[in-house]
Amino acid sequence: MAQPKTLFDKIWDNHLVHRQDDGTCLIYIDRHLVHEVTSPQAFEGLRNAGRKVHRPNATLAVADHNVPTSDRSKGIQEEESRIQIETLEQNCADFSIPYFRMDDPRQGIVHIIGPEQGFTQPGMTIVCGDSHTSTHGAFGSLAFGIGTSEVEHVLATQTLIQRPAKNMRITVEGDLPVGVTAKDLVLAIIGKIGTAGGTGHVIEYAGKAIRDLSMEGRMTICNMSIEAGARAGLIAPDETTFEYLKGLPQSPKGGAFEQAVAFWKTLPSDPDAKYDTEIVLKASDLVPQVTWGTSPEDVLPITASVPNPVDVADEAKRKAMQRALDYMGLTPGTHLTDVKVDRVFIGSCTNGRIEDLREVAKVAQGRKVASHVNAMVVPGSGLVKAQAEEEGLDKILIEAGFDWREPGCSMCLAMNPDRLSPGERCASTSNRNFEGRQGRGGRTHLMSPAMAAAAAITGHLADVRNIG
Amino acid sequence: MQKFNVLTGVAAPLPMINVDTDMIIPKQFLKTIKRTGLGKNLFDEMRYTPDGKEIPDFVLNKPAYRKAEILVAGDNFGCGSSREHAPWALLDFGIRCIIAPSFADIFYNNCFKNGILPIKLPQEEVDKLMDDANRGANAVITVDLEKQELRGPDGGVIHFDVDPFRKHCLLNGLDDIGLTMQKAPDIASYESKNKLSQPWLW
Repeated sequence: MAQPKTLFDKIWDNHLVHRQDDGTCLIYIDRHLVHEVTSPQAFEGLRNAGRKVHRPNATLAVADHNVPTSDRSKGIQEEESRIQIETLEQNCADFSIPYFRMDDPRQGIVHIIGPEQGFTQPGMTIVCGDSHTSTHGAFGSLAFGIGTSEVEHVLATQTLIQRPAKNMRITVEGDLPVGVTAKDLVLAIIGKIGTAGGTGHVIEYAGKAIRDLSMEGRMTICNMSIEAGARAGLIAPDETTFEYLKGLPQSPKGGAFEQAVAFWKTLPSDPDAKYDTEIVLKASDLVPQVTWGTSPEDVLPITASVPNPVDVADEAKRKAMQRALDYMGLTPGTHLTDVKVDRVFIGSCTNGRIEDLREVAKVAQGRKVASHVNAMVVPGSGLVKAQAEEEGLDKILIEAGFDWREPGCSMCLAMNPDRLSPGERCASTSNRNFEGRQGRGGRTHLMSPAMAAAAAITGHLADVRNIG
Repeated sequence: MQKFNVLTGVAAPLPMINVDTDMIIPKQFLKTIKRTGLGKNLFDEMRYTPDGKEIPDFVLNKPAYRKAEILVAGDNFGCGSSREHAPWALLDFGIRCIIAPSFADIFYNNCFKNGILPIKLPQEEVDKLMDDANRGANAVITVDLEKQELRGPDGGVIHFDVDPFRKHCLLNGLDDIGLTMQKAPDIASYESKNKLSQPWLW
């Protein structure tokens, strides 16, 4: 009998073009997403070598990192940002790559629009010059971030030189308690295994709590696999996945859809498949999470207090904690719920989807953003924005005092004008709380959309379960 | 790509864990459409004050380390964003080799594409090299890729592992794309089979 395989093994084997004696593999890449920041040097490389794009139609490009999220009719004020976007437009025109313009209703964050268009499908290999490409693993596709040299390699050959990753399975048993979301779950996982816990692995998420998640929730989990050190996250495709994909612009149509589903159903890991690392968590033990430091692993339940470096035995970790607390302006022992915030950012490829905005609106409805807080909501794409407006979420949010903006990466990484000032403290639904990530000297606390909404309303870090 | 064979240079100590690529090159410098010129902004927020003055305490601002070619760092170096601007900035500054107990996957991979050698060593050996690196201008280490050896200022030798294919590419300065293009018939044959087995992808 053939050796039982994991979902990762199956996708890998399906994409093997060539294997060298030393184990180095050439794998085929089905889909390639391109944005303005990590691609210009790749196109320049192609031009210098006189090479073409091997499969332009397997590629989709969009500008997301630099785009302003306020009135776009005036164009882009910042010259370097404008040049970078114009360069992408020109490269797409020269190499015949499909491109969503900044004024296209389908424009948005690359990891939001791929799934939205049905560009992302189970069993595929998907890459992008962006570490959060792991998001697409929610569909049971092997999706990972690459550097610009590899972007050029994929453009030129539609393949990548890789070695197989190790298999890790994280099983989350039981049901998530009320008020605890996919974001809390993934933050808790990162807190448990650390930001290097998944290095060298692809993480497959399994168990009832994962199966019960919507596609949006699954994308949030897979998105932050990179913060757990893994290049890719995977969730086996099932009826939830197929239902989501039905009828999307680039999904297979008619008989082809049935044919595809039949294939997708063969992808889940075999029952006896072996994993290099196994972790099991109980969903029922979880409470809402927030980060206190400058690494995503610096995370605690909202019911906890700021930790104390004197309690840490390891010297490197103690120093890192002290540095983080100094940067964050926090005193050990302070209840997390006593930490005041100045700004709230809701959006990003982690939490900029429709379900996230619904969660925020649910908390915001009939309430007001605290008077000292500036809270912004940045939908992940033009289609998410339109859907939210159709549901009237924008009215609820604007009424509560949130700033309702145009789609893009925005203050997740602050490459556009949306950024924190030095010392400003922000409750953020994004994925990284690194020093300076949201603006030099800015202080980021990562959390779920519902928790960020609770922070906006109360003016401090807050337990959304107490807001009701 | 520049070949990597034997490098003898000053090693700078950066005893921090989880050095992320935002720290190595902050986002405001990702707006470039070129690969070069990023060295002056390497570790920008640790290296300069907000008004652009050098912070004298930062290792690469100290006279002994201004021309460092090797960096010795803590666990999980290069975590975070996939930006290849991080190795570009290191290279543009003059760093050709980074030694740490562990690296984040994407960064590690990106180094090899740019003629930079990342070396993973056990913590005790990194600690020893960190001590060596703390000797200022005397912190000269030799990295011999062919022999897979590090030779410290006291003549001590440390062996390191490296993937044989990556070693071969680095020693010869080989361009991955050129190598893959030689496999064009394999790619074409994969594609024709895939069109039959998964026609909805085409």
